[in-house]
Amino acid sequence: MDLSLIIMQLFSGIALGAVLVITALGLTIVFGMLGVVNFAHGALFMIGAYAGLYLASLTGSFWWGLLLAPLLVGAFGMLIERVLVRRLYGRSVDDPLLLTFGLSYILVEGVRIVFGSDGIPFPTPSQLIGVVDLGFGFFPKYRLFVIALVAVVLLALWLMLEKTRVGLIVRAGARDPQIMRVLGVDIGRVWLAIFGLGVGLAALGGVLAGPMRSVNPEMGTLVLAEAFVVTVIGGLGSIVGAVVAGLMVGVCISMVALFAPEMATIVMFALMAAVLLVRPQGLFGLKGRA
Amino acid sequence: MAMQSSGAAPALPQAQRVMAAIADHRVLVSLVALALLPWLLPSKALAVNVLIYGVVVMGYNLLFGYTGLLSFGHAAFFGTGAYLTGIAIGRFGLPWFAAVPLAIAASTVLAAAIGTISTRTRGIYFSMVTLALAQLVYYVALQASSWTGGENGLRGFTVDHVNLLGLQINFLDPVNKYYVLMAFAALAIWAQSRILNSPFGAVIEAIRENEQRARACGYDVERCKLIVFMLSGAISAIGGCMSALHLSIVPLDILHYQTSGMIVMMVLLGGARSFFGPFIGAAVFLILEDVVSIWTPHWQIVVGAIFVGFVLFLPKGIWGTLLDLLPAARERR
Repeated sequence: MDLSLIIMQLFSGIALGAVLVITALGLTIVFGMLGVVNFAHGALFMIGAYAGLYLASLTGSFWWGLLLAPLLVGAFGMLIERVLVRRLYGRSVDDPLLLTFGLSYILVEGVRIVFGSDGIPFPTPSQLIGVVDLGFGFFPKYRLFVIALVAVVLLALWLMLEKTRVGLIVRAGARDPQIMRVLGVDIGRVWLAIFGLGVGLAALGGVLAGPMRSVNPEMGTLVLAEAFVVTVIGGLGSIVGAVVAGLMVGVCISMVALFAPEMATIVMFALMAAVLLVRPQGLFGLKGRA
Repeated sequence: MAMQSSGAAPALPQAQRVMAAIADHRVLVSLVALALLPWLLPSKALAVNVLIYGVVVMGYNLLFGYTGLLSFGHAAFFGTGAYLTGIAIGRFGLPWFAAVPLAIAASTVLAAAIGTISTRTRGIYFSMVTLALAQLVYYVALQASSWTGGENGLRGFTVDHVNLLGLQINFLDPVNKYYVLMAFAALAIWAQSRILNSPFGAVIEAIRENEQRARACGYDVERCKLIVFMLSGAISAIGGCMSALHLSIVPLDILHYQTSGMIVMMVLLGGARSFFGPFIGAAVFLILEDVVSIWTPHWQIVVGAIFVGFVLFLPKGIWGTLLDLLPAARERR
């Protein structure tokens, strides 16, 4: 086996992992803050891909799709929080989960009505067609772009959470929403914003994945399972965990695809089972939360 | 007028007595209702589906309704029961009465494996892990196509007649088929009732109500969860066996996440934590699917909306809400 081939596959894995990181991050941030696992996350990822595709064809530019789809879908997510999820705070933790699961049914079928059941090809933006010479091999430009963009988004998120006043409120609110209320913070608005952010990240993942996967109404199912695997491995609610586990799963999938293609989808579940047996709370999860 | 109002006053206690009698004879009531089902529903095919899904959902209810563990991967046991029945009959040439117990036993072993991993986690984690592990089973079945038929599903194991104590029953006749399959359902219903009546049944409900306190009382909570996971998987696998015998094929979709989701929807529609809820939920879901798909192929959007409505406004489901309206029956569900 050629070494450069392995390195290329490693890069592919990182690109794959980058999309997983963005998607799982949306899930984990919402959980860390609201204690809600969004089962419609995969469906919203799919909606993001369709929205990106539609906006790109409407404006004639992939870049508008990439910019607007996460914003619009994120706003839609805020609507979901305000109209539906908010009613269930204080009830059993299973209820928001069941609600968002029902919602995913509606979203998937809604997309089937509007766009049809068949997959639609998502063209790679013209500026990013082709390959780059990395010295040891040729790598698709688009995948390199995905890695870079995800790195930038992660940096922006980290700066927002660690260095700004808003981030301080978010971090404190995740620890103790009661105290935040006492201090005069409207925690409801913070939750609304965080839910929108989480959904927006799912949509961003969807747009980015579009040119790499085919876009179809069922694409969210596998993504939901992948995002769950990543958050369980990383530790639910842990941002560092989502990043590490996302890249780990991505690299794992593409490495196994090189040696045993038929095992590629199976390996991440095996990885998750292994982690759970050793550390039920995940690699970076807090003990007692699992 | 006066006569009527005095006649109406004791009507409520009487309704409660009826409900209490139903609760006391729940196995018998279930069986009578199921025996009448093919003659009440518009088609025999629908009745068989209600029977099969009713059993699957009932097994699931043991885990979700009674123990409070929200699994999103129950299709794994439903599907494994079906696949193994088909493989045992089609590939190993076993008769159905040997294939079915074998399939149930093997599904229980799978439930033990998945249960060992997933019951190490709590709350929301449990839902995510069961979903992921069920997807693992799905992809294994997809890849092992020489055994499972892959995407085309498993075929070639038609059971056309059943030999019962020297009596040849034609299995191609829908009415015969229904009542033979009902024997499996009866076994499952009896087992479910027996489990719930046992001290173990009380322990799992205690775990649902307060896990800490159950542990403080000296119960090995993890072990109880694992046992209930296995029992639940075994009962759902009975439904899988019934499905394989009924359809003579096993579609790959039986293992899909959608199937797990459908099971969750059915139990919630009918009423989790109630004995009759699963069958009522399965019937309502399947009738809804039948009716709505006549006027739109997009029946899922209607079902999804109804489900969301139930989560928001009727979280106890149809039967649970009905029981709440009759206070005296509440203690005796």
